Amino acid sequence: MSSWTPTAPRPAPASTVGFVAWTRANLFANKLDTALTLLAFTLVVYVVEAIFGWAIIDASFTGDDRTACLKEVQGACWPFIEAKFGQFIYGRYPDAERWRVDLVFLSGLIGLIPMLMPNVGFKRANMIYLLGFYPIFAFIMLNGGMLGLATVDTTDWGGLLVTLVVAITGIVASLPLGILLALGRRSDLPIVRALCIGFIEIFRGVPLITVLFMASVMLPLFLPDGVNFDKLVRCLIGVALFSSAYMAEVVRGGLQAIPKGQYEAAAALGLGYWKTTRLIILPQALKLVIPGIVNTFIGLFKDTTLVLIVGLFDLLGIVQLHFTDASWATPETHITGYVFAGAVFWLFCFAMSRYSIFMENHLSTDRTSS
Amino acid sequence: MLLQALVLGALVLAMVWLVANVQSNLERQNINSGFGFLSERAGFGINQTLIDYSEDSSFARVLTVGLLNTLLVSVLGIILATILGFALGVARLSSNWLVNKTAMVYVEIFRNVPLLLQIMFWYFGVLRNLPSPRQAVSLGDAVFLSNRGIVVPALEMTAAAWWYGAALAASGAIYVWLRRRARLSRLADGSLISIWRPFAMIALASLAFAAMMGGVPFSFDIPALKGFNFRGGITVIPEFVALLLALSLYTAAFIAEIVRAGIQSVSKGQREAASALGLPDNTALRLVVIPQALRVIIPPLTSQYLNLTKNSSLAVAIAYPDIVSVFAGTTLTQVGQAVEIIFITMMIYLTLSLLTSFAMNRYNARIALVGQKS
Repeated sequence: MSSWTPTAPRPAPASTVGFVAWTRANLFANKLDTALTLLAFTLVVYVVEAIFGWAIIDASFTGDDRTACLKEVQGACWPFIEAKFGQFIYGRYPDAERWRVDLVFLSGLIGLIPMLMPNVGFKRANMIYLLGFYPIFAFIMLNGGMLGLATVDTTDWGGLLVTLVVAITGIVASLPLGILLALGRRSDLPIVRALCIGFIEIFRGVPLITVLFMASVMLPLFLPDGVNFDKLVRCLIGVALFSSAYMAEVVRGGLQAIPKGQYEAAAALGLGYWKTTRLIILPQALKLVIPGIVNTFIGLFKDTTLVLIVGLFDLLGIVQLHFTDASWATPETHITGYVFAGAVFWLFCFAMSRYSIFMENHLSTDRTSS
Repeated sequence: MLLQALVLGALVLAMVWLVANVQSNLERQNINSGFGFLSERAGFGINQTLIDYSEDSSFARVLTVGLLNTLLVSVLGIILATILGFALGVARLSSNWLVNKTAMVYVEIFRNVPLLLQIMFWYFGVLRNLPSPRQAVSLGDAVFLSNRGIVVPALEMTAAAWWYGAALAASGAIYVWLRRRARLSRLADGSLISIWRPFAMIALASLAFAAMMGGVPFSFDIPALKGFNFRGGITVIPEFVALLLALSLYTAAFIAEIVRAGIQSVSKGQREAASALGLPDNTALRLVVIPQALRVIIPPLTSQYLNLTKNSSLAVAIAYPDIVSVFAGTTLTQVGQAVEIIFITMMIYLTLSLLTSFAMNRYNARIALVGQKS
């Protein structure tokens, strides 16, 4: 007598699992969906083919001057980037002194990376390093003129160096300024409040380019005879004021989200205005608006390109400048240069936006568990 | 109180100091002050003017021409960016994997590359690289692409156009009436009346009538190559094309994200409730989902429109004759009165911003939830 054995379950029908089912559900669900898929597929194939052909198949990779990039069907002219790479990163910073820039980049990274990782401790020491020691160190290294370093005039700075200097100064200056403006806007003192509202609304209402024009053309008129700033410093002031107005609005959003009970509890503990703000309100408010702050940073980073209009050579400016080099004048030089600069900017901005999403998730789990 | 007095005092002192500095600087550099220069002769040409302008026009005229050019590129940019942005935003929510990812790649590329770079790419990289007018790329021998810009046939209305205008106006009025009737019937007993079929029939009939009475309502002025350049048609300067393209493609990426977030913010229950009430899908979308999504979409959309308008000032990099380029640029170098000129330019942008945000705040207040403090 044979014992009963259950038959093994049949595998799920092929139409509900695996690749075919996935395409049915996600690409060919109905007639409209199929049409859209085919349309999008054609578009993607066309674009990818064009980009691939331009950037790799028809491109030149080696050569010393324009003759390398004058084929019948010419794609990207990569030797141009190769030849000018040093210029794009350092500008006209003297060759012999470029190690100083490298050192500044490196020491910045050393401070920044642990700061960005939420699980690494010593945040306070790290902060002191980044905001206290690092700016002074970077200034001495880049500008020179002491400790036996040769002075490098800011007119010789350029490329990615200037982009990063403008962006980082803007970021570092706009956060405290923005916080002060946001606090001022919510202050009980009518004059302070009116001034802060006026400042914020004016700077948010005009384009950055007019602010930069003002900094480069009008600022010298406002200063007494003989006193003058470096052009780079004038642009830095313009950028910092402009972005602090945007930062103020972001921070205000965070301040508004703090429940009244927090203020009352702080008052009940006997804390004054500044202690309440510093110990109770700001830590919570800033944490809430980290995504907004990072978005402002991304905007600021992209806006640094505008300094080329007032005559500074940031990354885009220096790429633009080298288009005039006759030994590299080909029909493809422009596009190659823009694609390179675009890729560099994209990398920075995309990394920042991904980081902001990461922080948002990281912080939001903290709040749901509490 | 003391703090406020101190702040105010410091501010007044700073102002006095700055004004004194400006005065002594201006005197030393022999720069005039005041707004008298606005009525002087400009003496330079502008390559795109929406109103009559010549080298003999005044600087005030330059200001108006520049402002109109700014408004032209901003308004067209806003329209294009909105259409593309809404399409991309909806595509981002599509259940179709390929459509969804294509839209995502577009958004991530275009919003993470500086706008100025995109403007320069389109202008110096693409449009300036087109062949000269003699070798222009032609589309059907009517539209020509060359490094001087895009030449399109000019549309010229004939007298018959009036018939068509009347027909369109009549169909419009009938549409409004049909909609009103449909709404009343929906409110009265919940019956849904289709208005599209009667409307389409009436519109077609009235257009056919106009065609019978008037014939063809327009003629084309087709451009043709004469010597080194094109005659006839309308030439759209490459600066305008590059700026418009870059502004709309860039802003559309931001609008797409706003639209996506807006539609996602409407809870699923709303859609389910609408379908439980028996509303068809598209009606539910129109009457339930979109009105609620708009409440979330409008405020950030407004700031994108303002950003686009302010970003149009980057025109100065490719010499599109907008207000910053011709007024804060060319006029400033000719007259040298930096304080007045920058002040006027900033005031104009500020006015545009404040007017737009005022209008949008009113609209926002109207559609906000009753009882919700915005």
